[in-house]
Amino acid sequence: MAYQMESLIRIEQKKPRKKAWTKWAIFLTLLIFSVFALIPFYFMLVASFKPGSELIRYGINLKVQPDIMSWKNYGLLFTGKEGIYLHWYKNSVLITLLQTSVAVFLSALVGYGLAIYRFPGRNILFIAVLVVMMVPIEIMMLPLYELTVRLRIIDTYAGVILPFVVPPFAVFFFRQFALGLPRDLLDAGRIDGCSEYGIFFKIMMPLMKPAFGAIIILQAMFSWNNLVWPLIALRSNEHMTLPIGLSSLIAPYGNNYDLLMSGAVLSVLPIVILFILNQKAFISGLTVGAVKE
Amino acid sequence: MNKKKKASLLSFFNSPKTAPYVFVAPFILFFLVCYVYPFIKTIIMSTQQIFGFNDVEYIGFNNYRRLLNPHFFNALKTTSSYTFWTIMVLIPLPIILAVFLNNPATKGKNFFKSALFMPALTSVIVAGIFFRYSFGEQPTTLVNTLVGFFGMKPRVWLQERGPAMLALVVLCTWRWLGVNIIYFLSGLQAIPQEIYEAAAIDGANAWNRFFRITLPSLKPVIIYVVTISIHGGYSMFAESFAFWQTHTPGDIGMTIVSYLYQMGFNDFNMGFAAAIGITLLFIVMLINLIQLAFMGFFKKEGN
Repeated sequence: MAYQMESLIRIEQKKPRKKAWTKWAIFLTLLIFSVFALIPFYFMLVASFKPGSELIRYGINLKVQPDIMSWKNYGLLFTGKEGIYLHWYKNSVLITLLQTSVAVFLSALVGYGLAIYRFPGRNILFIAVLVVMMVPIEIMMLPLYELTVRLRIIDTYAGVILPFVVPPFAVFFFRQFALGLPRDLLDAGRIDGCSEYGIFFKIMMPLMKPAFGAIIILQAMFSWNNLVWPLIALRSNEHMTLPIGLSSLIAPYGNNYDLLMSGAVLSVLPIVILFILNQKAFISGLTVGAVKE
Repeated sequence: MNKKKKASLLSFFNSPKTAPYVFVAPFILFFLVCYVYPFIKTIIMSTQQIFGFNDVEYIGFNNYRRLLNPHFFNALKTTSSYTFWTIMVLIPLPIILAVFLNNPATKGKNFFKSALFMPALTSVIVAGIFFRYSFGEQPTTLVNTLVGFFGMKPRVWLQERGPAMLALVVLCTWRWLGVNIIYFLSGLQAIPQEIYEAAAIDGANAWNRFFRITLPSLKPVIIYVVTISIHGGYSMFAESFAFWQTHTPGDIGMTIVSYLYQMGFNDFNMGFAAAIGITLLFIVMLINLIQLAFMGFFKKEGN
């Protein structure tokens, strides 16, 4: 042990100059990539204050031109095209709230059930969860479309959230988390006369709080940014969500470019604010169930 | 009487034998409605010529035979090369940056982590709007200005195959770099520090430590990230949609899912679109199996 310490110290002492050099190289590399990550936000912000015709004529460019920049585009979001942007915003908020609460609640129930109880069929169900995680939802679009038409929920909130009400990834995540819950609480709850559901709601759910936090964030981000299925399930202009509405503004002969950048900026803003307030929760949410074997 | 019935019903639902099934019922229902039914239905549809929901004709494998056309091969090629390049960039680069972030001497870690993660908050459409107009053809755009610094002439980026692929990969890299860094970082933090200390004593330099300790320890994370990248790459649609909507010049941005979308929802050739979907599923499964076998995922533990 003493020998080890000694040699460690020797290693530490051997190369102080080389260390300082690598430290700066590392810092600089990270800085360059951080700039790459952040600079689009800056340019979008700048472009959002310029007239839309500038965007079409010059693309996104380096010039900051205070003389032609104004808040006009942001005002237009409320008044332009009969306030359609506000409809999109409302739809996005409501669909995100609805989808997130339904998906998180149901997948918590399922994940908990799979982790806590031993019952016939449990393993098959868990394998089904794993297999489904591998299947791209895009493959199912055609029959799902037909199904939503037949159920008469096409172009409604219910139709948009249908394929995501029990996301397999969230089930997997909750199961992994619930495996770590103390099982003696189950017996203690039964002795106290709690029903199985009472045990879940009153005893176990509070213990699963960290898992809920992570899944709520992931689900809300997914739902807010989701494109492919809503593009199919939503038909009328006033039922669109933000990503679909914004992409509909990029029409070759339309004249909607004033709304495009300011609309894009305002659609990112709430998530960025939430992120800045809870950075740790966002980042740790990604990794909790992901890498465990 | 009624009260008694109610009580027995309650105790039935509450028995530890029934309760588990109540808990997992939502998934069973969801699995049947949103996966099993659509999967079987897609297989059936892929053998049909579909004129309307109730007006179909059985045509056997004809839809699959029709897949042997230049459009599909082009889509397959575009999707494969997109998947290939995103994996080539989004595995090594985030590993290196994660190693840098994991170095105890690095300053400003929290800032870097947050900054690199920020792009993941945007939707493909918002990110796509930015890159679409940055890769614009005008000489004034961001990318044309940037290549101008290196003495290169302005290009029409989004109308040619090579540059268009570059723009797609840049868009994907921008959005996912931070997320992959976080995955690898969590993998790095699970490596016990003593291994590095022991290696340092044995005289292993930084290079050796990286290839002999860090990379092998990250293998499970690498497998996970490659798997989701194959899944994401082969089902790519939104990025291409953000750049070109459904009308890609010369099909340069046409992916398998774009092709499926166009056939199914623009041309209403549902049976053919279903055949595209089933083929895509097999491709993704096959490539993932090859990848997992290649990475030694199926080997027995030990030695």
